[in-house]
Amino acid sequence: MTAASVEAVSVGKVFNVGTRKQVDALVDVSLTIQPGEFVSLIGPSGCGKSTLLRVFADLLEPTSGTLSINGKSPRQARLDQDYGMAFQQAGLFDWRNVSKNIELPLEIRGWDAAKRRARSQEMLELVKLSDFAAHMPWQLSGGMQQRVAIARALAAHPPLLLMDEPFGALDEMTREHMQAELLGICAATSTTVVFVTHSIPEAVYLSDRVVVMSPRPGRITTIIDVGLGTGRNDDTREASEFYGKITEVREALRGAEFGVGARGIEDR
Amino acid sequence: MTPSSIRRVAVNVLTPVVFGVLLVAAWQSFVNWRDIKPYILPTPSSIWSESVRSINLLRAASFVTGRNALAGLLLGIVVGCGLAMIANRFRFVSELVTPLAAAISAVPIVVIVSILNNMFPLGSQVARRLMVMIIVFFVVFVNVARGLRQSDATQVELMRSYAASPQQVMRKVRLPNALPYLFTAIKIAAPISVTTAFVSEYFGGTQDGLGQKIPAAMSNSKFPLGWAYVGAACVLGLVFFAVANILEFVAVPWQRKRISR
Amino acid sequence: MTDAAVVGLDAPTPGARRALPVRRALMVPVALLLFVLVWEGYKAIGPADGGTIFGWKLIPRSNDRAMPHIVDMLRRFGRPEVRGANERTVLAVVIAATWYSLRLALLGFVLGVGTGLLLAMVMARFNLARRAVLPYLVVSQTVPLIALAPITVSWGGKLHLFGFDFQKWMSAAVLSAFLAFFPISVGALRGFASPKDSSLELLESYAASWWQGFRKLRFPSAVPYLVPALKLAASLAVVGVVVSEISIGLSSGIGRLIISYYQDGTSDPAKVFTAVIGAVALGLVMAGLVAGIDRFLTRNRPVEAGA
Repeated sequence: MTAASVEAVSVGKVFNVGTRKQVDALVDVSLTIQPGEFVSLIGPSGCGKSTLLRVFADLLEPTSGTLSINGKSPRQARLDQDYGMAFQQAGLFDWRNVSKNIELPLEIRGWDAAKRRARSQEMLELVKLSDFAAHMPWQLSGGMQQRVAIARALAAHPPLLLMDEPFGALDEMTREHMQAELLGICAATSTTVVFVTHSIPEAVYLSDRVVVMSPRPGRITTIIDVGLGTGRNDDTREASEFYGKITEVREALRGAEFGVGARGIEDR
Repeated sequence: MTPSSIRRVAVNVLTPVVFGVLLVAAWQSFVNWRDIKPYILPTPSSIWSESVRSINLLRAASFVTGRNALAGLLLGIVVGCGLAMIANRFRFVSELVTPLAAAISAVPIVVIVSILNNMFPLGSQVARRLMVMIIVFFVVFVNVARGLRQSDATQVELMRSYAASPQQVMRKVRLPNALPYLFTAIKIAAPISVTTAFVSEYFGGTQDGLGQKIPAAMSNSKFPLGWAYVGAACVLGLVFFAVANILEFVAVPWQRKRISR
Repeated sequence: MTDAAVVGLDAPTPGARRALPVRRALMVPVALLLFVLVWEGYKAIGPADGGTIFGWKLIPRSNDRAMPHIVDMLRRFGRPEVRGANERTVLAVVIAATWYSLRLALLGFVLGVGTGLLLAMVMARFNLARRAVLPYLVVSQTVPLIALAPITVSWGGKLHLFGFDFQKWMSAAVLSAFLAFFPISVGALRGFASPKDSSLELLESYAASWWQGFRKLRFPSAVPYLVPALKLAASLAVVGVVVSEISIGLSSGIGRLIISYYQDGTSDPAKVFTAVIGAVALGLVMAGLVAGIDRFLTRNRPVEAGA
């Protein structure tokens, strides 16, 4: 029985402990994610979803609770490069061409040049950008840059992918296109994905489960099984089950703050 | 002021101060320990006592250099602004002057003081002031021209919808928008005017400015005095810079943070 | 809509070459022509012995001693330096002096840039070093450090450092390195601190060492900040060498040559102009070198909009 990809038990994160500016960013977060699952974190501003992602990535240390990533401590998982990360800004290096941007994590791992180039080509094929290997990032559109960022995040074939609103800066059409692309890539590579988003339809379309969070203090309210199965496509977006799940998530978000309206959520 | 922010300010101010004090102390003890001759490096204490003793000499020489710097600075600002406004109206002026500014900044243009000195009577400071003016002019021109160009497009469009004349647009939109750029230019140009006035003194002319006093002191083996003159030159540069900053703070306080060099 | 259509390309064009500034280059001869016109024009109409405005002698003299004709200046290059004797031409002398000063300036530039980068790296790595030293570096740019040039005069021949004698020309190199060092260290530090937080987080997620992060992120990010600093450092190195030569008395340098020709000014007015042209050429060569470095460093970067 393989270890869960993410096993969080009562994880808490407090900023500025003991001062007047103390913030309970995360309180008593418990979540288990199995290998191959696609899980979204959704909630209004300040609910801690980005903080939780960074705790998983060992970019922040939890102040309480236990956390294991791929059966190891988050620090060991980071040192072993067990996950890849993608942010809202693609964050490609302007002075490297597309291919060299994808090779970056492999360089740090000390791979030799031939291996790096081969892997970079493989990733480019995966994200369907093989023709643009020698281009510079600023020559590409926003959506293409994000695809390169995803290729980079998956370059070392990590079992886990952590994504912080990667499609937030894209227009609606590109966004839907990228969501379909991402599902195809993750199916092909059997990657576990933790995906932070502001968008309810995006969370429902992409995920096996949607984790609804609420702020003050940041915590998990409910976890909703999407249950739309694999093989999702454009027709899925127009199915009644899809709208049903969207409603379910929306009500969970509203119900979380009974009386206080959920802010920062898109209905698009 | 919270305790943490007080602590932060204290650390940021104290660290360089402590470092400076340690450096001066190390200088003093090193010179004494290794018995370093004054013509290589005098002790800080001898420089200080010499400065106090010769304060009048220092002041007189600083005034000569300082007056030249100030005259050139003021003239350069006036001409720079004027030509920047003309360049805003007539594109070809900007196309002519801007590459020239780049070329001028690359070469040791100060050497032309030796030419300029021949054009004016003996004992005149005009050549040096002219030199400072030329250099300051380019700095001011480039910055103010950029400021005039970068006026808010929406504001300009609005003025055009009022059928405003180019002069009105200049007065009501471009000039106020360009003001922060002008003061940035002054902050840059002020120390440069001091340095230029100083260096100009190497290329002929009268012998009473800081630039000439330092080699004179050194060749007369008055080494602490030479260093004292160096200190005076630094103080002059700092004063000009401080005044420029104060002027900016007074004139455009709300823009202080927006435009950085 | 295919990706290629989105990007607006039919075939891959790796990188992008920046158009040569042809229009700008054309402006240089135009500016020169204008200068010649203004010069000769003023000679034609200006008062031969200068004039006064409100009692101040502000109008420059336009006689042939103060303002030789441009043609005379150029002709002076071809004639021997010292009249009558079978000496080298002025052109040969000026070129030799410019070459001498160029080598000194290059040495100073390289030393200054090297130490500046090193210090910036130390300051980027160690917060304490940065807090202690940075304020002084910033202040140093408002202060005429070139005032220290005559101080180094007495070092030549009397200072024994690390086993060898301190030569006079070393003072010039040291001073120009000193002047070049400051803008480089400030600019480089700003550049090393410039990467976005998300890029730094990315490298942290790779468990990259500080040195790896420096090589792959901080140093390349610093290039846009280094380029203007390099230009400034180059021009400071040149001025530093020229002024040092005058203070120290390095007779092979262009600085000394300008002064000695200036002192011949009454008898031979056109000569000083030739030396000045040599100094200007020195500056242009250094600037050209830095521009070459600039193009090399930014060969793959997006072109900045606006001048």
